[in-house]
Amino acid sequence: MNEIPNYLRHGFITVEELFSIIPKPSEERLRKGPVAIPECPQRIPCTPCKEVCPTNAIKMETPNDIPIVDYEKCIGCSLCVQICPGLAFFMVHYIGDKARVTLPHELLPLPKRGESVRLLNRKGEEVGIGKVVSVVPREKTKGDTPIVTVEVPIELAWEVRAIKVVRE
Amino acid sequence: MRIREHPILDFKDKRKKKVTIYYKGQPIEAYEGETIAAALHAAGIRVLNYSRVKKRPRGLFCAIGKCSSCLMTVNGIPNVRTCITLVEDGMVIEENKAELPKNKEGGKKKEIKKVRSDIIVIGGGPAGMMAAISASDTGAKVVLIDENPILGGQLVKQTHKFFGKRSQFAGIRGIKIAEILEEEIRKRDNIDVFLQTSAVGIFQNGNEKLVVGVRNERELIEFYGRAVIVATGAMERTIPFENNDLPGIYGAGAIQTLMNTYGIKPGERCLIVGAGNVGLILAYQLIQAGVKVEAIVEAMPKIGGYFVHAAKVRRLGVPILTRHTIIKAEGKERVERAIVAEIDENWNPIPGTEKVFDVDLIAIAVGLRPSVELLQQAGCQIKYVRELGGYVAIRDEWMETTVRGIFVAGDTAGIEEATTAMLEGKIAGLAASLRLGIADEKWIEEIEKAERELEEFRSGPFGKHILEGIRKLLEGSK
Repeated sequence: MNEIPNYLRHGFITVEELFSIIPKPSEERLRKGPVAIPECPQRIPCTPCKEVCPTNAIKMETPNDIPIVDYEKCIGCSLCVQICPGLAFFMVHYIGDKARVTLPHELLPLPKRGESVRLLNRKGEEVGIGKVVSVVPREKTKGDTPIVTVEVPIELAWEVRAIKVVRE
Repeated sequence: MRIREHPILDFKDKRKKKVTIYYKGQPIEAYEGETIAAALHAAGIRVLNYSRVKKRPRGLFCAIGKCSSCLMTVNGIPNVRTCITLVEDGMVIEENKAELPKNKEGGKKKEIKKVRSDIIVIGGGPAGMMAAISASDTGAKVVLIDENPILGGQLVKQTHKFFGKRSQFAGIRGIKIAEILEEEIRKRDNIDVFLQTSAVGIFQNGNEKLVVGVRNERELIEFYGRAVIVATGAMERTIPFENNDLPGIYGAGAIQTLMNTYGIKPGERCLIVGAGNVGLILAYQLIQAGVKVEAIVEAMPKIGGYFVHAAKVRRLGVPILTRHTIIKAEGKERVERAIVAEIDENWNPIPGTEKVFDVDLIAIAVGLRPSVELLQQAGCQIKYVRELGGYVAIRDEWMETTVRGIFVAGDTAGIEEATTAMLEGKIAGLAASLRLGIADEKWIEEIEKAERELEEFRSGPFGKHILEGIRKLLEGSK
């Protein structure tokens, strides 16, 4: 009884743990276009993602429920990534042998389009180098949080959740 | 060191005119609008005093006027809380000398300023501001007093976005919510705001309540009203460990105040004690301010705050060590190291598991306790309720205490969230006005609406213990 989930012991969730709580989008869906992935497995009173979604793709019966995305309804607009107060939404999109990961980035410096950045996993470990394909500055986002899309090797699509901008 | 660049905050506009203050005779550059303690920190001065008996160095701890660790003698006046007192050009700052200044007026009795209103709100945080706004909307004349130099309470340092529903400011940063509420207050001409004014006592004066206030450590003001809403917030807790009084060990909120309100980098490397929401949010904010967070230690076997806050700092490389605690701080005049150890089921450190962190900053984020001193002084019945953070006033559904006409809201009524504080403030403000016969019955609907929103917010696992605590308080009011 009262088994503590692993993610609450260490502060990061594994891919297996995450997809035992929420469904994983199909390969076909991931190839079709960017799709929103909520990494928000705990019941907390919060609803901006659901409220901002233009296609009602985010299901949540009560404010304390965890968000579940209907991947077929999701149009990859990124508003949930921009507004989420917990910075817990990401977008993933498969293109060829690469994946594009969209993530919030509230740190300085903000990378530039085309810039190479270090890729960090959920534990903050560097797992590779990625290329920034787009940046939306905070003034242009819905939730005052800049978002960045990086291109990463496809096998890192479910690993990379932060970036580090290093300029010599 | 002053922060020049920040991903969320802009300090350029905030730093107004340069002034000079004198610390132990040395000129120190400061900016108008800064507190004395903030200016001293920016100049690298961490030791503000020495303890009376053992002469141990003393630094800042709470930075919001609630503890006594920053008391200094300013322009000859002793026991000035330098953390909430603004700098003025030419100010003379010395170590605290416990001697009374000479009375320059020669003991002549001064005319005391008297201020009258319907409702007096003590505390300009989210609860107090919302109480004032709500009461004013019903037509009541409101006085809002706060001992800080700015309105907003702890919102002014909350750079993160709030949770909840969008109609309750979710997705908006705390700093922005403070601005929105302040604007609402400024545009209502039936709210009078008194800043840098400490409420020191609440008394019954015939049919009225009298709140005795002191402005700027100098001026006595008597506030008369028929109802009082106490929204004085909370005070940071600490824990025992060796050298826990060294300068450089702060309550988490003090670090937020220094870096987010005044733009002062509090140190270079930090250890955080406590993985509740405050500790986790602080870790993220420290990284944004360019401070390295070496680790967060948490005595419980699991992270107490929201997982999403933990994930945010974890993916930036901050280790979170559950079942660990700090056992010792080391350093001469200020923190230089922290010793951490794993603890067993009985919370005893396990020998051989010690880790040393070279840090110049230790943040204590182990929880808050309600500030109930004024309520206690006013004769309100107080009860210890663990789920609400300690001693709290017994109150009814309308936030009225056992003393008729005295209401509570926010952390003073039980440690919770800014979102719930605002809803409680709304209830208290409307209820006070209804009790005075100013608001008509249609406002009861608004109270019920706020009650429903509170119920919804508290319906998840994080609200469970709060509801249990509130049940105990309501029981006591019957």
